[in-house]
Amino acid sequence: MDFLTNRYFLLAITFGAFLAARRLQRWAGGTPILNPILLAIIAIIAWLLASGTPHSAYAPAGEYIDFWLKPAVVALGVPLSRQLSVIRRQLIPLLVAETIGCVVGIVSVVLFAELFGATRDVVMSLVPKSVTTPIAIEVAQTIGGIPALTAAVVVATGIFGSIAGFKMMSLSRVKSPIAQGISMGTAAHAVGTSAALDRSARYGAFSSLGLILNGLLTALLAPFILAAMGYSV
Amino acid sequence: MIFQLAVIFLFLALGEFVVWLTGVPVPSSIIGMVLLAASLSSGILDIRRVDKAADFLVKNLGFFFVPAGVGLINCLGLLSEQWMPIVFASVLSTFVVIAATGWSHQAARRFFSHRNSSKSSRHGLSD
Repeated sequence: MDFLTNRYFLLAITFGAFLAARRLQRWAGGTPILNPILLAIIAIIAWLLASGTPHSAYAPAGEYIDFWLKPAVVALGVPLSRQLSVIRRQLIPLLVAETIGCVVGIVSVVLFAELFGATRDVVMSLVPKSVTTPIAIEVAQTIGGIPALTAAVVVATGIFGSIAGFKMMSLSRVKSPIAQGISMGTAAHAVGTSAALDRSARYGAFSSLGLILNGLLTALLAPFILAAMGYSV
Repeated sequence: MIFQLAVIFLFLALGEFVVWLTGVPVPSSIIGMVLLAASLSSGILDIRRVDKAADFLVKNLGFFFVPAGVGLINCLGLLSEQWMPIVFASVLSTFVVIAATGWSHQAARRFFSHRNSSKSSRHGLSD
């Protein structure tokens, strides 16, 4: 049974689950509900539970992949610099919209979570729900959330946003393509951005701008917004 | 590719250094990202020295967090106890974020294009 806890075997399972999930999504016509990240996570959890492999055995294998989160966030500086001329031209409207979106996102999720009776660590885990996962995990660690819960909530929020986002925009009369693009990226990060890319490259470009700016603003502002709301971070 | 990865890790190390030096509660990777974007836009660093590694990492961003999601296996109890605040807060807040971001961008665009309409139309930014 030792082989089941072999880290290279567990790494192979992780790669295999993701590739199979991605193939399944493509086979089903790219529907956002069959998100390969979410499916891979569910499949691996099911395997660990079914085979009786403890998470403590999986974690050392996972760290090899986890390790690349930080350099991947640094790498977002490249698309950010590619969009810099657009950002400069539209700097003030973008900053106004992103700052309001970021603050409203953090304040609203904290208030709703408290309203429904979440405990403090759960509230903190929900704070970065709208930003891309590597950033969200770092923010969760910084403010005292549970990174694993944050990761799951982020994926779920992204999938929900990509399915229901455009419907919500028509309900709330967000009509301009730029506003729609950045709202999608701000609320539903990379998963929403892939839904925006399905509409057009322009939607996708502004959605990725929204995801980068909200990720950045959330990382920079979350500790201060929480402090202003009376949480000691 | 090794050189390109070295550039990425250099900026990550710079981010770690800034965090260590100042103690700011901001992830080191975010600081590295901002420093990288600043170096690229100011011309200190040529984008061709980092774009291949960066594009690979950005394109596979999703895969890198699969193990973090698997960590959910440790929170199954928490999830079954508090699924209601988790689900409702996330859904309601997502709706509020979309509306707030969209409205404020539309309003800010309108406000600033009224003040400076010749400039924005020259750039062809009207929708």
